[in-house]
Amino acid sequence: MRSIDLARSVRMKALELCFTKKASHIGGAFSIADVLAVLYSEVMKIDCDKPSNINRDRLFYSKGHACTALYAVLDEVGFFKDLNLMEEFTSNGSFFTSHVNHRLPGVELSTGSLGHALGVSCGVAVAAKRQNREYQVYTIVSDGELDEGSNWEAILFASHHKLDNLTLVVDYNKIQSFGRVEDILQLEPLVDKFEAFGWDCLEVDGHDHHAISKALIHRGKVRVKPTVLIAHTIKGKGVSFMENNLLWHYKSPSEEEYVAAKAELEARL
Amino acid sequence: MRTAFIEELCELAATDKKVFLLCGDLGFSVLEVFADRFPDRFMNVGISEQNMIQVASGLALEGYNVFVYSIGNFPTLRCMEQIRYDVCYHNLNVTIVAVGAGYAYGPLGVSHHTTEDIAMMRSIPNMLVAAPGDPWEAKLITRYFVQNPGPGYMRVNKAGELAVHSTCGLGAIEPGSLLPIKEGVGTAVVSTGAILDLIVSQLDAKGLRYGVFSCPFISRLDSDGLMGVLKRYNQVITVEEHQLSGGFGSFFLEEINRLHVAGLIDEFPLVRRVGIPDIFQGFAGTQDFLREKAGIRI
Repeated sequence: MRSIDLARSVRMKALELCFTKKASHIGGAFSIADVLAVLYSEVMKIDCDKPSNINRDRLFYSKGHACTALYAVLDEVGFFKDLNLMEEFTSNGSFFTSHVNHRLPGVELSTGSLGHALGVSCGVAVAAKRQNREYQVYTIVSDGELDEGSNWEAILFASHHKLDNLTLVVDYNKIQSFGRVEDILQLEPLVDKFEAFGWDCLEVDGHDHHAISKALIHRGKVRVKPTVLIAHTIKGKGVSFMENNLLWHYKSPSEEEYVAAKAELEARL
Repeated sequence: MRTAFIEELCELAATDKKVFLLCGDLGFSVLEVFADRFPDRFMNVGISEQNMIQVASGLALEGYNVFVYSIGNFPTLRCMEQIRYDVCYHNLNVTIVAVGAGYAYGPLGVSHHTTEDIAMMRSIPNMLVAAPGDPWEAKLITRYFVQNPGPGYMRVNKAGELAVHSTCGLGAIEPGSLLPIKEGVGTAVVSTGAILDLIVSQLDAKGLRYGVFSCPFISRLDSDGLMGVLKRYNQVITVEEHQLSGGFGSFFLEEINRLHVAGLIDEFPLVRRVGIPDIFQGFAGTQDFLREKAGIRI
């Protein structure tokens, strides 16, 4: 599937999940949908029939609250063939919790508590090097969770140990739980911070598939550093009334909003 | 005990290529024997305990059997949530080894008094908690953790402990076992951790003929073993170098209560718990001084 089509399906499915199951975090799901679509359609070496294949590329999704986007993409690319995402999501007894759960195929790590996945990714990247394995490790963090000190411990660590098999994507949508990142705890100058910590730092428009793909695939062949891709994104991207609006960190769409949002996403076909 | 741990780990790591050791920039003059022999399976992650547990989790996800070494509160309370969510929820092969249990680092102050760790660790599902009573137990528990998968926590004293089991010829220790130290009459003293030696000598000094057991695992207590003890003794004294709330004595009471509720024992024995009465001791002092001051005595 082309990444652009996959991203559209992911947004549609995430919207439907948030509407039918009254779930939150549609804004953060929409902001990362394009990056996920590019990773799963063009970048990562994965086989949905062998989710534990030792040589697969690994994705660690630290922003576990934006689960609908990850579940949607895994569903679209075939990891949930034996499950029914739309029916089971958040249902009693199902592993489709609304923070991502490793008890589902294709999910490497349960997250939801912020600031965990990058450090775990570092351990996985070290293991790959010590075991001479070729797989790549991708980690997606939200901007707000860069407030967590544990992330900066891991950022120091990855650089010191030259984890060039590790790529971090920051979903920089500039809005966290209570408001704008710059008002709550300023991350800028973020590029300078990563570079000072010894990372290769790339900035892209996080909704430009060509740019994301180019950055992820064609980054320097000879690398001795971990890479961070700062993806400038828009919270709620794809639905005009959800974009850049803090409310959609929390709110699930009403029927009218669902219909309107669906119409907007379909109009972009 | 720390020497018993690292020597056993080295011995097993020679054949078990999955054993990996992480430290948080602590363990100087202890861990070098491992680091020198197995440099590709050792890493000092720096002074960053949250990241240490996360890195351990990542290594364990990829098949390593990871041991994490640091002092007392740092690889435990400091990174509690990483232990809960990354290690224990994912049920990973990560064993945390904390040196300086109780007041082993007495003069260093409250930062280094490790007095709530049992309560914290034993509250997490999947976590197997151990507190060896002497270097022999430390060695055998290390072996157990190397050979059995899943999350583990071992609190060890420091160095120079007497070998209480020297003549017992211990072969292996399984979780839940009550290891007999001496037979007695009426009262059973059940101890966990390195306080064992002190308790035995206190009983000898007072001429008390109590039975003594070491209980090195504070998880999965063996019901038959416990019922056997309660058949022979009608009073129990639990001993720990840890605060009373949520610690070993609480664990033991819960286990007795479990048997009582299930109708497996007729009478609920009198249980006296000896430990730290939920206080910080903010003054300097040797381990013996602080133990005495806290009231850890028979």
